[in-house]
Parts: sequence; structure tokens; C-alpha cells
Amino acid sequence: MEEPATSMLRSVNDPLRPGVNSSGERVLSIEGLRVEFRLPDESTEVLCGVDLTARPGEIVGVVGESGSGKTVAALAVVGLLPSAAHVSGGSVRFFNENLLDLDSRQMRAIRGSRISMIFQNPRASLNPVFTVGRMLREVLLVHSGLRGRKATVRAQELLADVGLPDPSAVMRRYPHQLSGGMAQRAMIALALSSSPDLLLADEPTTALDVTIQHQIIQLLLRLRKRQNLTQIVITHNFGVVAELCDRVAVMYAGAILEEAPVGRIFEAPGHPYTRGLLSARARVEQSSGIRSIPGQVPELKNRPTGCSFHPRCEHARDICRVSTPRLESSAPNHSIACHRWRELAQ
Amino acid sequence: MKPLLEVTGLSKHYPVRTKLWKFRNLVAADDVSLTVQAGETLAIVGESGSGKSTVGKCILRLEAPTSGHVVLDGQPISELSEVEVRSLRAQMQMVYQDPLESLNPRHKVGKLVAEPLLLHGIVSRKEVRKRVSELFHLVGLGSEHIDRYAHTLSGGQQQRVGIARALATSPKLLVLDEPTSALDVSVEAQILNLLQDLQRRMKLAFLLISHDLAVVSMLADRVAVMYLGQIVETGPTRDILASGYHPYSRALVSATPVDHPHQRKVRIALDGEPTSPIDPPQHCRLEPRCPFALPVCREQVADLKQAEERRFTRCIRFNREHVNGSWDPDASVQPGIAKPRAG
Repeated sequence: MEEPATSMLRSVNDPLRPGVNSSGERVLSIEGLRVEFRLPDESTEVLCGVDLTARPGEIVGVVGESGSGKTVAALAVVGLLPSAAHVSGGSVRFFNENLLDLDSRQMRAIRGSRISMIFQNPRASLNPVFTVGRMLREVLLVHSGLRGRKATVRAQELLADVGLPDPSAVMRRYPHQLSGGMAQRAMIALALSSSPDLLLADEPTTALDVTIQHQIIQLLLRLRKRQNLTQIVITHNFGVVAELCDRVAVMYAGAILEEAPVGRIFEAPGHPYTRGLLSARARVEQSSGIRSIPGQVPELKNRPTGCSFHPRCEHARDICRVSTPRLESSAPNHSIACHRWRELAQ
Repeated sequence: MKPLLEVTGLSKHYPVRTKLWKFRNLVAADDVSLTVQAGETLAIVGESGSGKSTVGKCILRLEAPTSGHVVLDGQPISELSEVEVRSLRAQMQMVYQDPLESLNPRHKVGKLVAEPLLLHGIVSRKEVRKRVSELFHLVGLGSEHIDRYAHTLSGGQQQRVGIARALATSPKLLVLDEPTSALDVSVEAQILNLLQDLQRRMKLAFLLISHDLAVVSMLADRVAVMYLGQIVETGPTRDILASGYHPYSRALVSATPVDHPHQRKVRIALDGEPTSPIDPPQHCRLEPRCPFALPVCREQVADLKQAEERRFTRCIRFNREHVNGSWDPDASVQPGIAKPRAG
């Protein structure tokens, strides 16, 4: 496989941009990404300026409720946005290539090969009429040019790597003959078959039972340890974040409200929304009196003015209703988009 | 005190055709016995395929059990005819997992809540709107929502409508089937608080069906853990979550994600995935996956035995070794280190 030599260059840091950390090579760096859904009579901004970076070997969590735009952000990275969606600004740098500048043919060479994706419902994302073996061999042929015996051996290795016992039997099976956990492992094997630099995982454990969820989390951690695989994990579950991620971005209504290393998010959350989410979690150790966040997630076409969280925020002041806060650095590696984070930190 | 709900020996088998002329039994629930006191919450926890929803449906007679008895408030539900059960349903209602799926999209939500009121003759047509508005108020919805359709409401509001409808007939027992698993985190907390509040005010009994131990720990007084159609352990919620006796209860608790990145947990890893529920073996059903399994676990029938007051366990090793004090599952598992997996 030939790789453009430029991809070895480091991306240029912009010290003026808040929320972007200052050192190290980036696998992915999204800056000011805006996405609109355009319908004949109206257009709705789904992402309004998202910044996100991932360094080599890092597992970045993107947490948010439904409608926060976390999946749209991932789809924009791999160029799989639905036809009504339109990128209206920003850049998505993969090493130092702007993915938004590529045409669909160039994008196809990257998607599924250097950037892979796994989804929430593995059985629905596998092709039901092909066996696991056939799907794996197809990917190996397209991306690595392997065929015949070599492809079979490699496919078996990949299935064994993701912890599937008896790989040759699994290769003969169709997706409906696999359990949820096995299907997710097969999906991960497919995603890894091209030795990607980046894995995007959209709610990878949400459809699975807890004991299987635990196995998949361990598998993703092992992939990072063994192959230094960079991962972006989209989830709504703070437990998954706590187990898996190094850094977390909290999304709400199409924007990132807070970003920090995982320990800091749990110990010193700065944004009222992050604090609310953390205390709204039902936890095994706590039997009663969880504090819920009043109200509900706004519809994107009626996004509140100013800070989109202000109607639900107990700390909202007049400024929150008129002006949209930008991500500001509150500590090294920690940024918050809130007008009042300084006062609230005390 | 006589329990509000008493289930004894409930089994549900589904015939599955495996070959042209050959049928085998899929055992969805096997000899399930449980009780729920008035005003109490019993949680049935387990993973998909454990039979927890089947038990809920059999109790409400939405499915006819293969065998076993269900007695609600002195009335033998499982022996009554379909028509007789219908009038009894007013006393037991269900709240479903997916609120949108369970609400008719073609009717206004006010009408959906009015339906059971009129069907069971609880209020006259004249008063129905007033009562619906009261019920909406009870679940924290303004009366302006009465004339809306379900799809125009948010997930949390939809679930509130589902709860209002279940409460319309003033039931004594609510079966909650994964009541919050389709909801966002911030909304889930609202619904959990609402359910707790309603239980306190109305002395409702809940049968909570859930796989989420955090939800269970908030709502439930007692827990029954199910695995492949059988109850493997019952006991007070605190005890089961802190120190389950059955290896499966322990594995389930230990697989739940940590609450905090610095928290360390003793992990008990189960090998592979649940075995087939079709014609399951007589011996312990967890045995193929259990890190503590001994040859004896394949040889004997595992029965649910009382370990101490209010606690029952279906583990051969536990029941044998607990008596002489030699049972120490932690000794064979080191913190943070899972048993090496096959393959």
C-alpha cells in the first residue's frame, strides 16, 4: 500500500485556538466543523463549530444525549453524511490532509482502510447475505490485495485477535447466526482488517448485555495497548467513558461544551451541563435522590439563543441568553464553553 | 402478611421446530417463584434471553404460562378465563420500554389515557377530561399536552404518558419493563424520581424488569437474578449488589462499568456467552461459563436453597461450602485481573 508522504508531516498547531492542545502529532483534528441539514423550505444547523483532536494511541470519548450531534460529527469525518446534510464550514484534518477537500474517490481510499468505523447494532451493519468469511476476504482483497489462501489465513488471524474462538467456524457463519457480542467482535475484526490509523466507534456497546459490554471494552483497550490504535468512542454512557477513554468531549445541541482528560471530567467538571449529567446518573452505590436536569434536550430547529443549555441551567444569567460562549481553556488540557465557569469553579 | 402477588412454579416453554418433524422446547422461564408485597419493589434482573420479560408477561396473562400459579390479591389469575382476567387487569398494569412504540400514533395522548378509564367504567364520559387532566398533573405533564400526538412529545414526556395511562385504573401493581432504557441520561433521572415519588404517595407495588443495576439499586427493595429462565438468587437489593452469593450475580455486578475512572473493581469474567435455552441441561446452567465450576456442578441438579433469612441461592458449590464456611470466591479471583479467556 502506498501512502502519501505528506501524511507523515505533523499538523500545524494554532495557538490562538482555544480547546486545541499545544503539543504532539495529531491523527485527527477537527476544527470549527459546521454541518447543516438543508430541506427545500428550511435549513437547520446540526453542528455549530465543533473542535476535536485525537493523538496517536489516544481513546477520545464523545459523550452526549440524543440529538447532540455526536453521530453527525463522526459521519462528517468519514464522509458518510446523509444527502440532506451539508458541511458549511471548518476542516477535518486526518494527519495533514483535509478530508473535506477530497472527492468521493479519494475518500473511499481512506474510509474503511485508514479510518474504520463500528456501529451500535453490529448485526444490522453486517451484510446479511454474506458469510463473515466472505466479507473479511472482500475487505482484505480491496484494501490489502490479499487473495486465496493468504486471505483466509489473515482473516482467521483477525478473528482470533478479537477473541472469537474457532475462527474457521465463525467464517462460515452468516450474521444472523452470531450472537450480539460475537457480531460486534466480527465487526471489529472487519474494521481492523485494513490496519486503520483511526477507529470510530459509535455506541459500540449500547446494544449489548453488560457482561458482553465488559468484554468488548477490554478488547478495545487491548487494541490500543497492542497496536496503539487511536479511537474515537461515541457514547451516552459515562461508565463506558470511565473505563475506556483518556479524554472526553461533552456535546450538547451540536456543540462541545467541555473537554478534558477523563479523570478531570469526573473530579472537576466545569460546565453546569457536565455536572448535571454526572449527578443525574443512576449509580449502583447510590440508592436515592439523584438530581435530574430539568427540561429536555432542545430540538435543533428551535435551538435556544445564546448558550443552548441556558433554559435548563440553574446558573443562567442574562448574558447566557444572548451570547454564545466559546470554548475557553480553564486549565491545561481542559476547556469549557460557559460564560460563568470562573465563578462556578469556586 | 399475605403478599400482593404470589407466583409459584411458573414455567413458560415455547415449542421450536428444529427439523421438519422435530420440535424441541425453548425454556423461557423455568419454575419461577416469587412474591411482591403491597408497596414493595421487586426487581427481576438478568441479561437478554434470561426470561425476565416472559415472567412479566405471564404474570399479566399477556402470555399463558405453561404451568404454575399466579395469585394477585387473593385472585388466582392463572386459573381465570380470558374474560375474567380482563376485569382484573385494572389492578395490574404495565409500563413499556419504548414509550413511542407503545402509544397509538393515531390518537391524541389524552384519548390514550382516557381509554382505560372508560373501558373499565371508572368515570363517566362527562368527567373523563377532568380525570385525564388530573392524571397528567400526577405524572408532571401540563394539561396543554392532552391534545397532542405522541410523536410530538419528547421521550421523557412520552414515558410520562405511558405511566399516566398505567395509573388510570388505580392499579395495585405496576410491571415496569425496562422503563428508562430508551431514555437519555438527564431524562432517565426525572422518570426514576417520578416513579419513586408515585410509589411513596400511592403505595404502589412495582415489579421492575431491568438489566441496569443502577436503576435497580435506586428503585428496588429486593432483587431476583435470572439466568437462562431460572432464578439463580434472590435477596435484598443491598446484599445482592454488595455481595452476591451466586457467581452469576457477582459477575453481573462486576461487569457493570465503574462510576469513576479511578475506581477499581474485582472483575469476575464469564467465558463466552449464554448457552442455548433450547432443552437446557438439568445441572447448573451457568456451569459452562462459570470460573468456579467443579465437576460436581455437572453431576447434580442445582436447586434454589435458602442461605439465610430472605436470601436464596441456586449454586451447588455455594450451598455446599457456605455451610462449613469454606466458600470464598474472592480468594480465587484477583482484583482487576480477569480469568484468561479461551481463544
